[in-house]
Amino acid sequence: MVKVINRPLEMLGSTVLDLTPSLGRLTIYMIHVFMWLIRPPLRLKLFFEQMVFMGNKSLFIIMLTSSFSGMVFAYQIYLGFTAFSVDSFVGPIVAIAVCKELAPVFTGLVVAGRCGAAMAAQLGSMVVTEQVDALEVMGVSSIQYLGVPRVVATVITMPMLAAIFMLIANTGSWIVGTQLLGIDEAMYFAKISDFMTVKMAIEGLIKSAIFGYMIAIIGTYQGFQVKGGAEGVGKATNQAVVWGMVTVLVMDFFLTAILAKVL
Amino acid sequence: MSYKASIEFNNLVKEFGDHRVLNDLDFNIHEGKITTILGFSGAGKSTLLKHILGVHHPTTGQVKVLGEDLSTLNESKLREFRTNFGMVFQYSALFDSMTNFDNVAFPMREFTNMSEEEIKEKVHTLFKQTALDDFAIHKLPSEISGGMRKRVGLARALALQPKIMLYDEPTTGLDPITTHMVDDLITSTHNNNSDIPMTSVIISHDIAATLRISDYVAFLEMGKMVVHLPVDEFRKSDHPTIKKFIELST
Ligand SMILES: Nc1ncnc2c1ncn2[C@@H]1O[C@H](COP(=O)(O)OP(=O)(O)O)[C@@H](O)[C@H]1O
Repeated sequence: MVKVINRPLEMLGSTVLDLTPSLGRLTIYMIHVFMWLIRPPLRLKLFFEQMVFMGNKSLFIIMLTSSFSGMVFAYQIYLGFTAFSVDSFVGPIVAIAVCKELAPVFTGLVVAGRCGAAMAAQLGSMVVTEQVDALEVMGVSSIQYLGVPRVVATVITMPMLAAIFMLIANTGSWIVGTQLLGIDEAMYFAKISDFMTVKMAIEGLIKSAIFGYMIAIIGTYQGFQVKGGAEGVGKATNQAVVWGMVTVLVMDFFLTAILAKVL
Repeated sequence: MSYKASIEFNNLVKEFGDHRVLNDLDFNIHEGKITTILGFSGAGKSTLLKHILGVHHPTTGQVKVLGEDLSTLNESKLREFRTNFGMVFQYSALFDSMTNFDNVAFPMREFTNMSEEEIKEKVHTLFKQTALDDFAIHKLPSEISGGMRKRVGLARALALQPKIMLYDEPTTGLDPITTHMVDDLITSTHNNNSDIPMTSVIISHDIAATLRISDYVAFLEMGKMVVHLPVDEFRKSDHPTIKKFIELST
């Protein structure tokens, strides 16, 4: 009986103990990234390269997921609401949900899966092949050269991607709602302007920037701490995706609570 | 014998936890000479190299490079100081996202105010010096052979005219012909730059190459210095460990 109770407790305990030093190292890494961010030289070229890379990696998937999630969401809400003859509320409900939640969270999940993983894989293989050591030995900070441009690019690109998500999802909802399901177009827009505010979109953009920061920090951190060959790179890539996604979902709750107070 | 020391180890001790990896090393690496640090795997050679680079600092004792105690330098001074080193990595460690040209140009772009025109000229000179064909210049490192990558790595290491060249296992895993080529490259690089004068330090467990190209050999065993001798005396040494090492490797 004691054993049955102890086992889960032990597991919880060891997970917490495993996590604590990692969190400590992650925090130290975040401080280093910040310190190198504010030190010259500014590596603008690397930063733009990373933005283009991220766009290439994720734009198409974001367009695909946003259009379909906008459409299906509008459809589902319509099915529920039409019974009470309040189907014109589809517009604002989709708009608010997309801007506040779906856009930042879905974009975060896509970017964690595509870009966070790519960062861990790239930096990890650079560690394994001593390219990171080569930078350091030459006197170039690997955090500044490899870490900072990726983090900054993600913080700036994520809100752009989220904004694209918002635009496309709402367009999808509009097409399904007004063109397919026959909601009155004037009512659709009137209701949106009644309930939706610019603040809500800003909330989504702020969230996505913070998600982007965490995804890039986790992705690059996982890459830098790779040990032991190709296997280590695979493991780091996997960890970057898992922790990137979990962080997005968990932080979403706390950010919602905080932003509700601040905004 | 009078000589100038380029790197001084004064009672260097390094411990990781309770594990003593370097045990009271006290010797100098001579300026303008080729010194090989030889030893079995796990002897502490890489750790010693990291002390020269200032990546590790001594637990006790002191490492002085070109008269400078690296543990007293702050981070940015240390980074600046590292431009004195040219390092050739075991697997070349070229940046795989850049062409060979950009790899060799990299240190110049980072640390000098040279114009692109001057850089181009210097890269071509370095390619010549390391006997690289021009066709390799605008290729990616992944598109050329391992031996050629070694040359590009060497060219990159030479870009800032370093005072100290460091070679980490330069011939490990290479075929005999490429091994000879790398050996020749190390000696020719050393001799061509003797006006600076250049000190070369090689980390190796390849006894044949060591005997062929070194001026001095420092033999490490389990963190302890067994001998530090001119190569001719090393060859004749009757120290049992060294005899065994030479026997096992030939
Ligand atoms: N950062 C470190 N932390 C703990 N132990 C280390 C570290 N670096 C090296 N060692 C230990 O030091 C010993 C010597 O390693 P190393 O210098 O790599 O030897 P070599 O290069 O001669 O093969 C090994 O036993 C290794 O486990």
